[in-house]
Amino acid sequence: MSSTELLNRHLAAIEREEPRIKAFLRVTEDLARGQAAEADRRLATGENGSPLLGIPMAIKDVLCVEGVETTAGSQILRGFRPPYDATAIAHLRQAGAVFLGMTNCDEFAMGSSTENSSYFPTHNPHDVTRVPGGSSGGSAAAVAAGEAVCALGTDTGGSIRQPAALCGVVGMKPTYGRVSRYGLIAFASSLDQIGPFTHSVRDAAMVLQAVSGFDRRDATSGDRPADMVSELELGVEGMRLGVPREYFQVEGMEPGVKSTVERAILMLERAGAELVEVTLPHTDYGLAAYYIIAPAECSSNLARFDGVKYGVRDESARTLLDTYLRTRRHYFGTEVRRRIMLGTYALSAGYYEAYYKKAQQVRTLIAQDFENAFLHCDAIVSATSPTVAFPLGAKVDNPLAMYLNDVLTLGGNLAGLPGISVPCGTSEGLPVGLQVLAPQWGDATALRVARAYEVAQDA
Amino acid sequence: MLDEKWEAVIGMEVHVQLATRSKMFCDCSSDYLSAEPNSSVCEVCLGMPGVLPVINQLGVELVVKTGLALNCEIPVHTKFDRKNYFYPDLPKGYQISQYDLPMCRNGHFDVDDKTVRITRVHLEEDTGKLLHAGDALHKAEESLVDLNRAGVPLMEIVSEPDMRSADDARDYVVAMRALLRAIKASDADMEKGQLRAEANVSVRPTGSDRLGVKTELKNINSFRALHRAVDYEIRRQVEVLEAGGIVVQETRGWSEAEQRTFPQRTKEYADDYRYFAEPDLPPLELDSAWVESLRASLPELPAARRPRLELQYEISSYDADQLTEEPTTADLFEATVAAGAPAKQAANWIIGSQPTLDAASLAELIGMVVNGTINREQGLRVMAEAQSSGKRPAEIVREGGMAQVSDESALAEIVGRVLRENPQAVADFKSGKPQAAKALLGKVRAATGGTANMSVARNLLMERLNH
Repeated sequence: MSSTELLNRHLAAIEREEPRIKAFLRVTEDLARGQAAEADRRLATGENGSPLLGIPMAIKDVLCVEGVETTAGSQILRGFRPPYDATAIAHLRQAGAVFLGMTNCDEFAMGSSTENSSYFPTHNPHDVTRVPGGSSGGSAAAVAAGEAVCALGTDTGGSIRQPAALCGVVGMKPTYGRVSRYGLIAFASSLDQIGPFTHSVRDAAMVLQAVSGFDRRDATSGDRPADMVSELELGVEGMRLGVPREYFQVEGMEPGVKSTVERAILMLERAGAELVEVTLPHTDYGLAAYYIIAPAECSSNLARFDGVKYGVRDESARTLLDTYLRTRRHYFGTEVRRRIMLGTYALSAGYYEAYYKKAQQVRTLIAQDFENAFLHCDAIVSATSPTVAFPLGAKVDNPLAMYLNDVLTLGGNLAGLPGISVPCGTSEGLPVGLQVLAPQWGDATALRVARAYEVAQDA
Repeated sequence: MLDEKWEAVIGMEVHVQLATRSKMFCDCSSDYLSAEPNSSVCEVCLGMPGVLPVINQLGVELVVKTGLALNCEIPVHTKFDRKNYFYPDLPKGYQISQYDLPMCRNGHFDVDDKTVRITRVHLEEDTGKLLHAGDALHKAEESLVDLNRAGVPLMEIVSEPDMRSADDARDYVVAMRALLRAIKASDADMEKGQLRAEANVSVRPTGSDRLGVKTELKNINSFRALHRAVDYEIRRQVEVLEAGGIVVQETRGWSEAEQRTFPQRTKEYADDYRYFAEPDLPPLELDSAWVESLRASLPELPAARRPRLELQYEISSYDADQLTEEPTTADLFEATVAAGAPAKQAANWIIGSQPTLDAASLAELIGMVVNGTINREQGLRVMAEAQSSGKRPAEIVREGGMAQVSDESALAEIVGRVLRENPQAVADFKSGKPQAAKALLGKVRAATGGTANMSVARNLLMERLNH
């Protein structure tokens, strides 16, 4: 099939599905057609190119695409067309991928349901009365609804893995530093990572392979060789898989999710893995630490949106201070303002020691928890989200309940670990995700375990 | 007014733009002065969404070199922090700076016979520039933002309050400029804003070991302004205290027009910059071998060169001071002496006329003045012409016939000396080698610095040889 034909099918799927899913903020049909035509030319020359050559992909609205309006789901960036590509996007262009458009997300990636998008909510393809998860809900839903072959998202506390679980697709957050963050509109710099949404683990490995690598424009990117594919089929025979006790006792864990994940883990055992009980004793403090560190960084990262240089400005302001205040009050949403205030408070003189510094200490302890656990196992398995997709509106007025969605994923961000969510069945008819966490730079290990689960499930 | 009852206590904060070609965290040229507004910018220094800083290694190197030259400790662990505040000249809403782990700390700087302790030296990025329509911010109808300067590497050198007078403060900054130029950390031109000095000034009763309330003096654009501002501020504070008042902690600006300091900004509430570690830049670990190699690469510093020049060339300490203000000046001096010029004269010419000649030409010029070929006034004219035309001074003197020696008795004496000093050539000529006469004539020409009237000289020479 030609790339153009493949594109046409997906554009048709978008036309058919979008009225009920609303995964895309913008569809870039002209760009996609040009890229598909170019891919077909390259294919016609017999080019033995990247596996992504001619593949239609969706892109989360926080990744800068040169010339394409990129808004981070926010009104404050309405009309902003970056004059540069994010490094991950440049890699995809190089590989010949076809860009379908920008997907919906919680504003500045702050949220777990995509309901904090300042444009509109996205609906879960498995039940349109429910959320797709978030913050990368548009990317997850686009792949789940067949609108895109794969998609890029970002994960700061679970924003790839949780929506992947809720939408029944594969989603991976790589090791911090694996994928350059250059051109990713920052939420929390020390936690953000770019990663793929796909239908299969193999596809995830290939997309990750294409976008990863050291980038001189990102001083936090790592210079580690990345071979995501060759260990994929090695299976779990002889591997030790850690089952963290605390991850099965978290607040709000649905019994159906718990039992589905336990069955999946037993499948891995039958496939030859040895199950080891491990402990992550500081799990209870992770959420609190995360919700200090991430808002603290965001309060600084979002300072540049001041109405002076780009995006939208409140023109009614008469003074400089008023320009700042009105622009930011009117064009940032409630959750973004809440987190900016939380973070500003946590970094303020007199509170820094009690909040930010303490949270950083907890972060170190959580990283040590994982290091200790990985002395006894090769990877850690758990549920990705304590719940299945919840109804739209169910948690919008209760931020704390919303935050609890991230309780199983944010540890991986605090410790910089690679984590993948792979569909592992359903509860109440809705998808459940199995999360595999691996040691830093052990992305290939996480992929291998997830792939072994796919094989065991099919058997 | 400042009598023995009061003692001034002064500490200095010096901001220095580093001599890097590109900005601190992006590839833009740091030469913002010659560029059109907002042309030397990119998405990184404009603070566009999603972009990230990358450390300019030369910037780190120049700060460490400065720290080493100021006898600082260079800790292994250092990091960048974010200083958060809103202002239109700060595109990201935060400045990348250093807070609790500066690159250099606990040093000292010897200025003449006084020692000033150095608290810290750290690295940060400069802000953009605001241009207010109308001359004052509070009256401006609108303000324009030029971000060419945003992201230019800036080094801050903070001293302990170890200075006691306006002289001390000025001498410290003068010596600092010489040091920065010697190690090529910065061009350190105050008028171009490459070196910005801020003085923290307080006064206290002589003998007290308590610190008075300090004011911070800004808007100082020359050494003279620094001296006057500090002097004014000391007198002002003493007057306030003697009248029973209290000094208010505030930032005061120096007005060149009014020759006084005036309150710029009262700190009604403490600024809260919400510093935290810059998450986009991993902490730096400075390799001790690298630091040592930088230490080894430091040139002779003004503090050492000054006394050496004094001793080695037997020049005055004033001359040595002047010569070491800029390393290139001292280099020219030493090369000129090496090329044959007497040291004292070389120092006078270099300090007095700031020649741009090379050392060989300068030595030639000085030689002609010293041997009386031309007088000093002529020498200055020759120098100016040599500098504009690129010709050798001797050539200029010869071509201009400025001091052509045609006096027969003077030339006869030189001819006689050349013949006495070259008996072999004389013998050669007499044994039938006419080319020996040519060689002797060349020596006569050289002995007059090329100014001999050669026809007169030839006649005199041939007359003696054929005698």
